[in-house]
Formats: sequence, C-alpha cells, structure tokens
Amino acid sequence: MTAVAATGPAGTPGSPPSDLVLEARDLMLRFGGVTSLDGVSLQQRRGEILAVIGPNGAGKTSLFNCFTGAYRPQQGSVTFWRTSRRPAEIVGRSPHAITHLGIARTFQNIRLFPALSALENVQIGTEVRQRYGPFGAILGLPGARRQERAGVSRAFELLDLVGLSHRAHDLASSLPHGEQRRLEIARALGTDPRLLLLDEPAAGTNPAEKRSLEALIRRIAGGGVSILLIEHDMRLVMSIATSVVVLNFGRVIAHGTPAEVQHDPAVVEAYLGVETGGGVEAGGPRTAHGSGVRTADGGVRSADTSGGTDREVR
Amino acid sequence: MITPARLRQLGVCLTLGVVAALVTGPSGDSAHPFRALRQSVIDPRIGVFLGLAVGLWVVLVAATELRPVLGRVTVTARARRPVRATFERRYGNVGLNVVLLAIAIVAPMLVSTAAQQSMVNDIGIYALLALGLNVVVGYAGLLDLGYIAFFAIGAYVAAYFSSSSAMPWHAPFILNPFFVLPIALVLAALAGVILGAPTLRLRGDYLAIVTLGFGEIIQLIANNSDEITNGPRGVFGVPHLSVDLPGIHYQWGIDPLPYYYLLLGIVVLVMIAFGRLERSRIGRAWAAIREDEIAAEATGVPTLRMKLLAFAIGASVSGFAGVLLATKQFFNPQSFSLQSSFLVVAVVIFGGMGSRLGAVTGAVVLQGLAFYLRDKVPPTDRYIYFGAVIIAMMIFRPQGLVPSRRRRREIELAGAGAGASDSLGAAPLGRTVT
Repeated sequence: MTAVAATGPAGTPGSPPSDLVLEARDLMLRFGGVTSLDGVSLQQRRGEILAVIGPNGAGKTSLFNCFTGAYRPQQGSVTFWRTSRRPAEIVGRSPHAITHLGIARTFQNIRLFPALSALENVQIGTEVRQRYGPFGAILGLPGARRQERAGVSRAFELLDLVGLSHRAHDLASSLPHGEQRRLEIARALGTDPRLLLLDEPAAGTNPAEKRSLEALIRRIAGGGVSILLIEHDMRLVMSIATSVVVLNFGRVIAHGTPAEVQHDPAVVEAYLGVETGGGVEAGGPRTAHGSGVRTADGGVRSADTSGGTDREVR
Repeated sequence: MITPARLRQLGVCLTLGVVAALVTGPSGDSAHPFRALRQSVIDPRIGVFLGLAVGLWVVLVAATELRPVLGRVTVTARARRPVRATFERRYGNVGLNVVLLAIAIVAPMLVSTAAQQSMVNDIGIYALLALGLNVVVGYAGLLDLGYIAFFAIGAYVAAYFSSSSAMPWHAPFILNPFFVLPIALVLAALAGVILGAPTLRLRGDYLAIVTLGFGEIIQLIANNSDEITNGPRGVFGVPHLSVDLPGIHYQWGIDPLPYYYLLLGIVVLVMIAFGRLERSRIGRAWAAIREDEIAAEATGVPTLRMKLLAFAIGASVSGFAGVLLATKQFFNPQSFSLQSSFLVVAVVIFGGMGSRLGAVTGAVVLQGLAFYLRDKVPPTDRYIYFGAVIIAMMIFRPQGLVPSRRRRREIELAGAGAGASDSLGAAPLGRTVT
C-alpha cells in the first residue's frame, strides 16, 4: 500500500502529514465520444462534509464511481489518506480494495442484499476486515468464533446508530424505503471507513426521514468519518455541508462554503440557464428572467430560506 | 367454468399424454415401422395415459379455482417474513437430523446387495459430488457444468499414486489410498483454481460454457491417452481402501456395506463442515455475491477471491469423491461423461440449491429413481423419465425438494420482482453500475 503511494503522483515521499482525506486531480472520464468528467479536481479536508451538487447528468455519480473503483478514469489521479501520513492512490484499484483502504459508499438506487436480514447485510460489512478463513470456520476455531461474535455485536451497534435495531431480523427488502437507505449507510459504516460516500441519501424519503437522516449524517461526521455527499435536496445540503462543489457538464464550476456557492453567478447560470452578463445579482431581490423561468434566487435559495419546503433544484 | 383457455390447457395435457404413451411404448424398427404407433396409440394402453392427462388437467383447474378460496398468504408476504438470524440456528432441527441419520444407517440392511451396491456407487458418491457442487452453484451462484472433471482428476490421481498396475503411468512409490485422499484433495482444488482464475471473471452463461469445455477436455484427455491412462479400456485394480495402523487392520472389500458406512460418515462430516462454512463470514460473502455482486464488491467483499474459494472447495470435494470411486476397483472415462456432469447439476437443482440436505436428498431420489427404473424400462428411455421428473419439479417446486431458506427467499423475491438474482436464481435484473 505504502509502496504504491510512494510512487503515485500524490504520495510525495516523506511529505508532511496532510489534513486532506481525499484529493482528485484532473479526472477525465469518457465513454466513447461522451465526456462525463472533464478535468475534475477537488480536495476534501478530514472531518469535512463535502457536498457535490449539480444538474442531472453533470457527472456526480460518475465522480463517485471513479472514487470507488467502479469506473477507471482515463486520466488524472485520486489520492486518499486513511491516516494523515498514509496517502494511497485510488485509480486502478478494485472496488473491494478501495473499501479496504477506508472508502465506503451507498448507492443512488439502493443496492442491499434483498433476501438477507438487515443484520446480515450489516454483518457482511463488518466482516470484510476479518481474517479467518475456511478452515477456521469449518473447525470452529476460537479465533474465528471470537471474530464472528465481534462482527455481530458491531453490526448491532451500527443498526442501533441508524435506529434499526428493532428490525435486525427483518429481510432487507421488506423494510420501507427510508429504512433501506439507513440500512445501506449502516452496511457501509460496517466496513470501518474514514470517508463515506453518500449518493443521494435523501432521495425518495419523507420530511421526517430527512430530518433523522440529517441528524444521522451529523452524528457520523462527529464520529470522525469524513462525508462526501451527492444530494439534490438543497435544504439538506445547505444545512449540513461544510463545503460544496458544483459540477456542470463534467467540470467543477464552483467550490466553497454553501453560502459562497449559492451566490456564485456560474452556479446560478448552470441551474437556471440564464445568459451570462445578464446582470444576475445573486442574493439580490427576486427578479423574473423571462417567462416560465424560476428566479435566480428562488431556484437556489428558496429551499434554504423557506425552511419547510423540500423544493429540489434539478 | 370451461373457458377457451381451460380447453387449450386440456389440449396440451392430452398431447402430453399421447407423447408419454409413445415414448414409453415399444420402439419400431425397419421391419415394423409403425409398431410404435400401433402398439402405443391404437392400443388400449392409450386409455391409461389419456386418463392421466385428464386427471392432470382437473388438478390444474382445481388448483386455480381453489387458490383464492384457501386464502393463502401471498408469496411475497411469506418471503418477507422476519428471519431468525442464521447463527441462532447453529444446531438446526436436531430431532429431524437424528431420525434421518437413523434411517440412513438402517436402510441398507433392508435391501438387496444390488441395491446396496447402488447406494454406494450411485447415491453415496453422487451425494458427495452434489454437496461439493452445491458450494459452487448453491452458495456462490456459479454455474459449473464441468464439475465432473475434478472427479476424474481425483480418480486418476488415486490410480497414479496407489497402484503400480492400474495405469501405464504410476508413481515411483505406492501409497495407501487413504494417503492419496489429501493429495487428490489438494490437486483437485489446484485444478479448480487454475480453471477458475481466468474464467471466473466471466458471468453466468459464459462461465457455464467454459467449464463445460473444461469437463470435455479432461474426459477426452483421459480417453485418448492410451499409454498414460489406459484410455477407454479404463483403470482396473486400484487397491481397496485399507487401514494399517498398529493394532488396527481393516480392509474395505467387495462387500458394499462397509463402503456405504464410510461414505455415510464422510457425507455427514462434509455436511457439518459446509454448514459451518455457510453460517460464517465466507457463507455470507457468497450470499452477497449471489444477490448483488456490485454491492458486494463495494462493501469490500473480494468477489473474485471468494468465487475462487468456492470453486476450489467444490473441486476438492469432487477430487475426494474421485479417490473413493477409484478404490471401487474399476472406472473408465465413461464415468466422467458430460451426462454425469449434468446429472450432478440436476441433483443439486432438484434437491434445492444451497441446501446440503437437499443435495443428499436429490441424490437419493434421482439415483433411487434410476435404480428403480433399471429393470422396468429400456435403458435408453431412462433419461426421459428423469427429464420428466425434473421438468415437473421445476414447474411445481422451482426451489427444489428441500430448499435452503435463503435460496427460497431469493427465488420468491425475484419472482415478485424484488431484488436481483444470479443467472440461476431467476429473473435477472439490470446489473449496470449507475
């Protein structure tokens, strides 16, 4: 691991401890003639909740797939620091190896193991770092039994964390949508990640579930896990993200705190399709821009300021 | 209610009856080209088959009529009931297991020697093979159609190491077959890894084709290497199993009973071992791969390594069974034909994928059927009955005779459109990364 890191572009040998947890440099991802990511660079500091937002098709999920090894970008590099002194190159590793390094993910369209119980789903996560093999399992060696018990109790802890301990023995597919989302988070946390990638965790959940999700994400982040989040729900993003990256057409068009990004003219343009130089003063009074177009402010900010509504910017 | 659909159903049943009458009747030859028709369709015998066909139709109609009346729980609701965690079931149903074991111990004493012979050669060996293949097909969800190749490797390894006369090629030193068991185990597992490493990256159908080819290659090599394996003449004279320890001397001989009990012991041990494996993190990792390979990989399951492990474990059991076959004195490449490969797959699917008891039950029922039919029908027809039984099984009980809980849930959920299943489970859903 360290050997790879030392030769990788990011791992300058003997570099001082980094306060970053993830750094992507110049990622290019093409599918035939379609460019999905066009030179994306971003940095995430340890402990940060970084939200990636952008219109549909902007390349958010592609970016996640590059970070988790599902896609391999044609160019660029991704460096991950499990601890501040151990950088590792991500590009070129298989997904399970990346999970072992300490990056876990959830899926936009939930991918649980449907015919296994909630507990077993999380156990599979907690057991990936265990070492006992087939002989230990067959012979019932003490080490194997101890690890097995540890895996189960850790899984129960995590189910408790996401508020699903009463559902431990229910089939994953029998849980309601919101609980499935939380179960997926518990499974991801089972792998003991340092960075958790959440792909639209609030999609399809009701307002009450969103509030509990928000609390859950804060609690996870409080436990020392950095969080990279794709989310369309602006109210959620603006309230929990410590910084925001905006993608459009595979490029980073803005990066900053939620407040900064919200007022960025390029962001407003990307979301609303307003001509540049049109005098859009983000943060200014609400101005209509032609018929049928939402106002610049209204589009990005309404969900933020009007609290209860769950207007999604698309 | 006689609807057009019902009438069509009746027509299908009657056609099936006529076909059944034809295939079970006498065959024609060049002198009597119409004998088959005359003696099976024009003969009064046809009445029996048409009666059966109408009976089948009545049952089908009654089943659809009665379904709402009986108020059955819907399939999905049943599949979604809470499950007890697997680790809470460590000892399973003790009473049932004791009864089954008692039956297995007593049964061979009550039957003829020929039946005992069949219980060893057909049921015992195939139960062991099915248990091994169950790891590959049932646990890891990989369709391996060349599984019999590892059986062949085990048998030829036994012949190589334990006899100087059975094959033209033999080892410079001769070992007791018991010492050959671990060697065969390791070599078969190694062969499994060598076959698996490049091919397990393939999915479903492609893997099946490649393994099919592998099985054929091994059989053809065995058949064509006259000066190494004795070719189609087969291998004769591998010594019987024997124990030569200080104080204990025992030799398994012609009598099938001691072999039977040895096999029974091995089968029980393998069942216990694989049960523990299934309930361990390895078994759960296999279940994860089967249900959603991409999610499994993202959760940190090294999918390729786990599949290789399943392949190697399955292959080693097959190699083990091969040694036992060899010590039964005679085998030839015919023992490793494609047909045998399919038979093991059929046993696993018939018994219930992913279920250890199912694999053994499948072997007992299918091979028992074969033994029963031995004197009743011409040997060429035997597979027709086999096929009919398996088709009926797949229509009415697709999860197998003794399904595993996990597998049954997967099939039911897939049938209800929830959750992906592997190429064997049913209803493959989109597997693209989003």
